[in-house]
Amino acid sequence: MKSFTYERVDSAAAATAAFARMPGARFIAGGTNLLDLMKLEIETPQHLIDVSRLALDKIEATAEGGLRIGAMVRNTDLASDARVRRDYGLLTRALVAGASGQLRNKATTAGNLLQRTRCPYFYDTNQPCNKRKPGSGCAAIGGFNRLHAVVGASDACIATHPSDMAVAMRALDAAIETVDAAGKARAIPIAEFYRAPGKTPHLETVLAPGELITAVTLPKPVGGTHIYHKVRDRASYAFALIAVGVIVQRDGTGRVALGGVGYKPWRVEAAEAALPRGAKGVADGLLAGAKTTHENAYKLPLVERTLAGVLAQAKG
Amino acid sequence: MKFDTPATTNPIDQMKIVGKPTNRIEGPLKTTGTAPYAYERHDVAANQAYGYVVGSAIAKGRIASMNLDAARAAPGVIAIVTADNAGKLAKGDFNTAKLLGGPDIEHYHQAIALVVADSFEQARAAASLVRVEYAREKGAFDLAAAIDTAIKPKASFGTEPDTAVGNFAAAFAAAPVQLDARYTTPDHSHAMMEPHATIAAWEGDKLTVWTSNQMIAWSVGDMAKTLGIPKENIRFDSPYIGGGFGGKLFNRADVLLAALGAKAAKRPVKVALPRPLMINNTTHRPATIQRVRLGATADGKLTAIGHESWSGDLPGGGPETAVAQTRLLYAGENRMTAMRLAVLDLPEGNAMRAPGEAPGLMALEIAVDELAEKLGMDPIALRVLNDTQVDPEKPSRPFSQRQLNKCLETGAAKFGWSKRAKPGATRDGRWLVGMGVAAAFRNNLNGPSAARVRLAKSGVVTVETDMTDIGTGTYTIVAQTAAEMMGVPLDKVVVKLGDSAFPVSAGSGGQWGANSSTAGVYAACVKLREAVVQKLGLASDAVFADGKVKAGRRSVALGDAATDGELVAEDKMEYGDLAEKFQQSTFGAHFVEVGVDAMTGEVRVRRMLAVCAAGRILNPKAARSQVIGAMTMGAGAALMEELAVDKRFGFFVNHDLAGYEVPVHADIPHQDVIFLDEADPTTSPMKAKGVGELGICGVAAAVANAVYNATGVRVRNYPITLDKLLGKLPDMV
Ligand SMILES: Cc1cc2nc3c(=O)[nH]c(=O)nc-3n(C[C@H](O)[C@H](O)[C@H](O)COP(=O)(O)OP(=O)(O)OC[C@H]3O[C@@H](n4cnc5c(N)ncnc54)[C@H](O)[C@@H]3O)c2cc1C
Ligand code: SF4
Repeated sequence: MKSFTYERVDSAAAATAAFARMPGARFIAGGTNLLDLMKLEIETPQHLIDVSRLALDKIEATAEGGLRIGAMVRNTDLASDARVRRDYGLLTRALVAGASGQLRNKATTAGNLLQRTRCPYFYDTNQPCNKRKPGSGCAAIGGFNRLHAVVGASDACIATHPSDMAVAMRALDAAIETVDAAGKARAIPIAEFYRAPGKTPHLETVLAPGELITAVTLPKPVGGTHIYHKVRDRASYAFALIAVGVIVQRDGTGRVALGGVGYKPWRVEAAEAALPRGAKGVADGLLAGAKTTHENAYKLPLVERTLAGVLAQAKG
Repeated sequence: MKFDTPATTNPIDQMKIVGKPTNRIEGPLKTTGTAPYAYERHDVAANQAYGYVVGSAIAKGRIASMNLDAARAAPGVIAIVTADNAGKLAKGDFNTAKLLGGPDIEHYHQAIALVVADSFEQARAAASLVRVEYAREKGAFDLAAAIDTAIKPKASFGTEPDTAVGNFAAAFAAAPVQLDARYTTPDHSHAMMEPHATIAAWEGDKLTVWTSNQMIAWSVGDMAKTLGIPKENIRFDSPYIGGGFGGKLFNRADVLLAALGAKAAKRPVKVALPRPLMINNTTHRPATIQRVRLGATADGKLTAIGHESWSGDLPGGGPETAVAQTRLLYAGENRMTAMRLAVLDLPEGNAMRAPGEAPGLMALEIAVDELAEKLGMDPIALRVLNDTQVDPEKPSRPFSQRQLNKCLETGAAKFGWSKRAKPGATRDGRWLVGMGVAAAFRNNLNGPSAARVRLAKSGVVTVETDMTDIGTGTYTIVAQTAAEMMGVPLDKVVVKLGDSAFPVSAGSGGQWGANSSTAGVYAACVKLREAVVQKLGLASDAVFADGKVKAGRRSVALGDAATDGELVAEDKMEYGDLAEKFQQSTFGAHFVEVGVDAMTGEVRVRRMLAVCAAGRILNPKAARSQVIGAMTMGAGAALMEELAVDKRFGFFVNHDLAGYEVPVHADIPHQDVIFLDEADPTTSPMKAKGVGELGICGVAAAVANAVYNATGVRVRNYPITLDKLLGKLPDMV
C-alpha cells in the first residue's frame, strides 16, 4: 500500500470540491473493496475522501411511487428495509446472496455498484492485465478463466462484474443519481452505467472523474414473483458463477437479468418477450453472440437450466 | 523407557481422566484472545521491526538485476536482505527449494528479498519499490503433459515406490469382472487460518525465534544447517499454532528471513507471509493422476489389485505417496502398486493432512464403488468380503487391530444405509439425493518422544516438552496423561509446550503426535512416581490418587515429596520393533448424503457420519473435533478445493481465500462421529493411535460416490464442480 492522505467530508458538495482540489483522489465509502485493492497496490490513490458519513443514508419514497436509496445506505439496511422487502424482493434476495453479514454491514449502495472485478489475474500485480495496467495484456485469456465472461467481452478483457445487487437493480430499471465537481446533477439509467471493455477495460463506468453517486432510484414497483438464484461452488460466501434474477408476472411475462456472465449485469429486454414460452428462447436471446472458452463454456447451459428452474419455481 | 513388548495394565487404564470428554485446558486463553500467536508476541523482545517478503514474479529463470535504491530510500526502511547480501546459506534438509532464492529462481513467489522497516506499512510499501528484472526460462507446469517423463523415485520415509505380489497382470487379465479407471486429484492448499509468522532476535550469536511450527527439533536443526551455526545457539518457541495441516512441519521463508532481517537490522524483526505468498511460497499437496485396476471373481473376491500414481515436484522433491493405503487395505493375491514422479517447476509439494492416503483413497474408494456396481453388489458387502486381518503384501504380519468391517456395519445401521436407492432414483423437490460410503484408512506412526515433569510442593505437576499443539488439543491430552499418572485433578497440571529448550518430542504431524507425545509424558511420569515413592519412603506399589500417594496404611499428600525442593524427572519413550511385527493402522467408514440440484448441478452435502476405530481415544471431545474438521476438509476436497494452475506462467492463480474456496458453515449442515471402543496394546502404554488424519481419509470418495448415487453421473476428476455434472444431468422439466 502506498501512503496517502485522508479527509472526511460532511456534504456531497464538499466531496466533489475536495476532488477538484486533489484530482488523483478516490472516494471511500465502506472501504471493503477499495482498501483491499490499495493493500495490493492495484489502486494507488494519493488521497482519500471519506464519504461514508454523508447524510446520504436514507431510503425515501419518490413522487413517482418508487424509492430513492441514498448512496451510503448499507447493504444490510437496504436488504432489510420493509418497503424493499415487500415491493422489490429481488433486491433483498440479491443483496443477502452477496458477501457475508459483516461485509454487508459495511458495504454501501454506491460502493457495491462500483466494486471491481474478481478476476484473479487482476489481483496479482506480477501478471499482465489490461484492466489494471492498460496495454499490458490479458492473462486470463488463455489462462484460468472458468469464472470469466461469456458475453460482452473483448480481446482486451474478459472479466465479469461481480455484484449481486447490481443484477437486481438492472432488472428493476434503477437509475443512478450523481453530482459532479461543477455541482451538476444527472441520473444515469443502470443500463447505460457500465462501459463495455472494448480496448479500454480500465474504464468501467460512464462516471466522470470526481463524479459522486448520491442515490439510486427505483421506479414504482412492478409486482410479480421475484426470484434470485445465485449459482456457486460453495453454499455461501462465494461470488456467483452465474446468477439469474427474475421478476415473473402471473401471465408469464416478466424480466430477467444475469450476473456472472459479463462486464455488467446482463439484461436483454428484447429476449424477455419469449419468457412465457420458457427458458430456452430467453437464454438464447440473452446469450446471443456468446464467446466461451474451454473452461467457461458451461455457463451457457447453466444459464438456461437455472432460468428454467427459476421459472418453474415462479409458477409454484 | 523402551516400549518393545505389548502394554499390560498400567495407571492409564484407570481412565479416570484419560478417555473422558474434556474441554481444552487452554480454551479460555484462546477464546479470550490471550493465547499469543507468533505474530502477536509484542512483549518477547523490545523494539521489533517489521519485515515484508518480496516474492519472485516468475516461476523459473534468473534474476537479471535487482535495484534496491528506491526501496532503500523509502521512509522507515532499515535493511533489505537478498541472496546477494545474506552471506552463505545452506539449504535445509526438509525444504526442496531454497527459502531465499536468487539469482536462480525455482518457483513462483519464492522469496527473493525481505524489506525491514519501522512499521509494517512502511515495509510493505517499500517492498513494492524493489525493482527486479528477470530472465525467464521455460518450465514444466502441467502434470498431465509431464507424466511421460516421470521416473521411479527413490524410497522416501521408508516408502518404496513400487511393490508387487503374485502376478498382477495375469490375474487382472483373467478376472471375470474388471475395473480399469483413471482419476485425478488437484493441488491443494493447507489454507490454515494462521499464516506462517516469526519474530526473530539475536543476542550475540544466539538466535531466538518465536514462530508457528509443528516440528520444533526438525526445524531447529534445519535452521542451524541453513545458517551454518550450532543448534545449541538457536531457540524456537511455538506455544500456540493456528493450524498447520503439514504446512508448518518445516521452516518456511518467514523463519529464515526474520533471522536474517534481525541480523541485518540489528534489532528483532517480525515477518508474516501474506496469504497470496502462503499459496505459492510454501508447500502444498501435489496433484495426482491415478490409475486403479481391480479384478474380481463374479462373487466379489478381489483377485487383482493395481494402483499407480503420478505426481510432480521440483527437482529433488518427492512423490505424493497415493498408493500407500492400497498396499494394506484389501485382501487379494495378486497386487501391484507404483509411484512415478515428474519434474514440475510449480511451488514445492509436500505433506498435507494424511499425505498419500487422502488423495489415494479419493481414487481407490471410488474404484471400489465402481466395482461394486459392476458386480451388482452392495459396496459395503464388497469391502467386508475383502477384509484382511494381515498385511496382504506380507501375510506373516497381522494387523494389531483392525475393525474396518465393524466401522462399516455400525455406520450402515446408524446412517440408514439400507434406504439407499438405485442411482438417480431419489428426488426431494428439485434435489437429486444420494448416499455414498467409503473406507477410511491411515497408518499409525509412533516416534520417540521425551518430556520433563516437575512436582512442586503445592502438588502441582508441570509438564515440559517441545511437543506442539496445532489446534488439535495436545495441551489437554498431555495434562490428562500427567493427571492420570500422578493421581491429581486436571487443574493441578500445568503444560508447557513448543519450546526447544524442553525435551525433544515427536512433534505434530502424520497423526503421530497424540500417542507419541503422551507416551513420552507417561515415561517421564513413571520416573517421577519412582522419585516420589523413594522420597517418601513408600513401597513401590504405592497408589497415586486424589492428590495423595497411598501405600499400606500410609497416605501422604503428593506435594509432600517436594517439600525439600521440586522433584524433577525426565524420560523419553522409544520404540522397539512392534510396529514391524504388527501392522498398526487406523480405520473408519465415512457415510455421506448429498443433494444435487437437478437444474444447476450444485452439490450440497446434507449429512455426514464417520465411524472410527483408532485405538484408545484420549479425549473424545477433542478427537471428535479433529474428525469433524477433517470431514469438512474432505468435503472441500470433494467439491471445491483446487489450486488452479496457470500452465503458461507456472503458478497457482487463485492464491487467496476468495479464490481458493474451502467449505463454509453453510456447506456442512450435519455431522456425526462414532468411535469404536478400542485400546491397542502394541502402540504404546497409552494404547492410543492417531485420529486427526484418519478423519479426512475417504471422505471425498464417499461424497463422490453419493453424487453418483444421486445422479448416476460418475465424476473421476476432483473437485466435483457443477460444470462436470451439467451436461450429464437429466433434462429439465
Ligand atoms: C470477501 C468478500 C466477499 C464478497 N462477496 C460478494 C458477493 O458475493 N457479491 C457481491 O455482490 N459483492 C461481494 N463483495 C463485494 C462487496 O459487495 C463490495 O466490496 C462492497 O459492496 C463495496 O462497497 P463499499 O461501500 O465498501 O465500497 P468501497 O470499497 O468504499 O468503494 C468501492 C469503490 O466505489 C467508489 N465509491 C464509493 N462510494 C462512492 C460514491 N458515493 N460515488 C462514487 N464513487 C464511490 C470508491 O471510490 C471505490 O472505487 C465481497 C467483498 C469481499 C471483501
Ligand atoms: S480478464 Fe480483464 S481483469 Fe482479468 S486479466 Fe484480463 S484484462 Fe485483467
